[in-house]
Amino acid sequence: MNRTSFHPLTIGLLLLTGIAAPLLFPAYTNQIAILWLMIVFASTWDILGGQMGYNSLGNIVFFGAGMYTSAVVQIGLFYDVGMYTSGARTTHIVFTNAQYFTGFALGIIAAGIAAALLAWATSWIVFGLRGPYFAIGTLGVAVAAAELIASWEWVGAAAGISMPVFPGAPDTQKLFFYFLLFGLAFVVLVCLRSLYSTNFGLAINAIRDDEEKAEAMGLHTRRYKRTAWSISAFFLGIAGAIFGNMTGFIDARDIAFPTTTFNIFMILMVLLGGKGTFWGPVVGAVVFQVIKEVTWTYFLGWQFVALGLLIVIIVVYFQQGIVGWLMEKYPERFGIRVAPKKEEERPPAIGLAPHPEGAE
Amino acid sequence: MEQVIGNISVLAAMPIFNLGLLIDGLLVGSIFALAAYGLALVWGVMNVKNLAQGDFIMIGGYLTWTLGRHGIDPLFGVPLTMVVLWSIGWLLYRAVISKVITRDLFTSLLATFGIAIVIQQGLNLAFGPDTQSAHADLPTLSFAGGLINIAATRIVGFVFAILIAVAVILFMKKSRIGQAIRATAQDARAARVLGIDTEKIYSFTFCLNAAICGAAGALVAVVWNVQPFLGTTYSIRLFVIVTAAGFGNLPGVIAAGFGMGVFEQFGGFVLGAEFQQALIVLLLLMVLAFRQLQQLRVRQAVQ
Repeated sequence: MNRTSFHPLTIGLLLLTGIAAPLLFPAYTNQIAILWLMIVFASTWDILGGQMGYNSLGNIVFFGAGMYTSAVVQIGLFYDVGMYTSGARTTHIVFTNAQYFTGFALGIIAAGIAAALLAWATSWIVFGLRGPYFAIGTLGVAVAAAELIASWEWVGAAAGISMPVFPGAPDTQKLFFYFLLFGLAFVVLVCLRSLYSTNFGLAINAIRDDEEKAEAMGLHTRRYKRTAWSISAFFLGIAGAIFGNMTGFIDARDIAFPTTTFNIFMILMVLLGGKGTFWGPVVGAVVFQVIKEVTWTYFLGWQFVALGLLIVIIVVYFQQGIVGWLMEKYPERFGIRVAPKKEEERPPAIGLAPHPEGAE
Repeated sequence: MEQVIGNISVLAAMPIFNLGLLIDGLLVGSIFALAAYGLALVWGVMNVKNLAQGDFIMIGGYLTWTLGRHGIDPLFGVPLTMVVLWSIGWLLYRAVISKVITRDLFTSLLATFGIAIVIQQGLNLAFGPDTQSAHADLPTLSFAGGLINIAATRIVGFVFAILIAVAVILFMKKSRIGQAIRATAQDARAARVLGIDTEKIYSFTFCLNAAICGAAGALVAVVWNVQPFLGTTYSIRLFVIVTAAGFGNLPGVIAAGFGMGVFEQFGGFVLGAEFQQALIVLLLLMVLAFRQLQQLRVRQAVQ
């Protein structure tokens, strides 16, 4: 994990996959786009959950915050938001090409910044909390956000907002959003790779391993935690802005702050792939998304029961994840040197407790 | 905003209204206190934070509602739900909880969260997403010339909650198993050394908690209403109560339970019912922030 950036071959392969996928499977462009979104979800969750040891149940807040920020910016630049979202509106509002794209670009930027600022602000509440309190506190933030937005008239309350419509043919629209999401996932992976190779990566790993000791060694743990959360929030906010425009309609409970779908998917994918490894979240996201797309329709309404069961099974029986399991099985392949097992050849000392040195 | 100020001025102008809300809050709070006691029990004894607590309550509620539809008085549902939830608790303990007790805290939290999702969605499939309520044919009592209206079901619910709570507390204090549970909570290893089968105690504690939730759920169905996705709200409520009081502090848990009931009645009256859930969550954040400030002071003292 100490290479500063990707091998050029990895970058080439990533780009190739990203560009070739929609050309090879044009019928599945949307599904593959969502796959990149899932990779963004899993990788950003892993900054805190895997690398820093802070398991958040509420990262979805930033996704939703970004989504709503971009919506408000996109509409507010040209019209009155309250009028646009009011249920009594009868006039049909059309955005011109120029309006749509400037609004969208500014919306994305604003979404990232607003989400990062929100993370910065909420970190004052949640980062004094440890372990399970942190998890429940963040879950609380997510549920509170959903409820507050769902009762806020100005942004459409529970009725949601219909986003500006993409000016162009459906196929162009698909590819447009596909490449936005792919680009985001690519940037996230490259950024995280270089981030983890710096002192920052070491510092958040130190926080995971022993926060008190890290603090005693002179690390400003709070500052690191806050920064890590803001980075994760920034990318999630952008993802929210893109996804909101992609679906064309946003509402608080089911699309922007879905605590029981996307929010849980993030954690599930990371656990499935392997927590705290770089490629684990990516592998987990791919496996999960493929399984989900293939089997989802066969469950006939039992999907979410199956999802809950899957969480329980993974958490209880398979917590090291796919990549974690591979690392255990073939450590040499991951550059982990394993000490040859000499201890077993030594005859056991009879009647004596094993030396404490032997345990090292 | 004007509505909120209007509501506050109503409260200020008519003190008798406050009394009505207070009584209502205390009656409802008794059920919260009962379920929060179960959560604190599992938390304290086996260090598992059960995020499926609220969903256990919903199972109990739906059982009672089903009984009510078949013409059985819902209040007879209380013992029956206790038995059923006891067995569900036992199954869950065998299948999941026993395997996560020794692992880190997030594992048990996430595992119970998974259970919560299964229960929510299962209830949704079985009963549909509508809000249901079991009706016990009891009148609404009026006092002070109709200004205070209290449903008799709430009083019955209150009495039941108190009876069950007292029974559980006496059981914990007097019986051998209760003693063993308390010993395990204090020091599981020492308890094992002294010949207590802690595995059995854990299983018993979890089942007891599930049964308490079942009873609370039956009362919730009678006094209020049940809905598949309300479970999360209950879980968060109970977490607020236990976190505010500290899980080793039984009188504190009960007091916080009543406090929660009163707070919600007043909050619901002033802000309107649609803010109820947001209100509970904000309270959670406030309690967590407050606890954090407290700890900050402790840390400074240590430094």
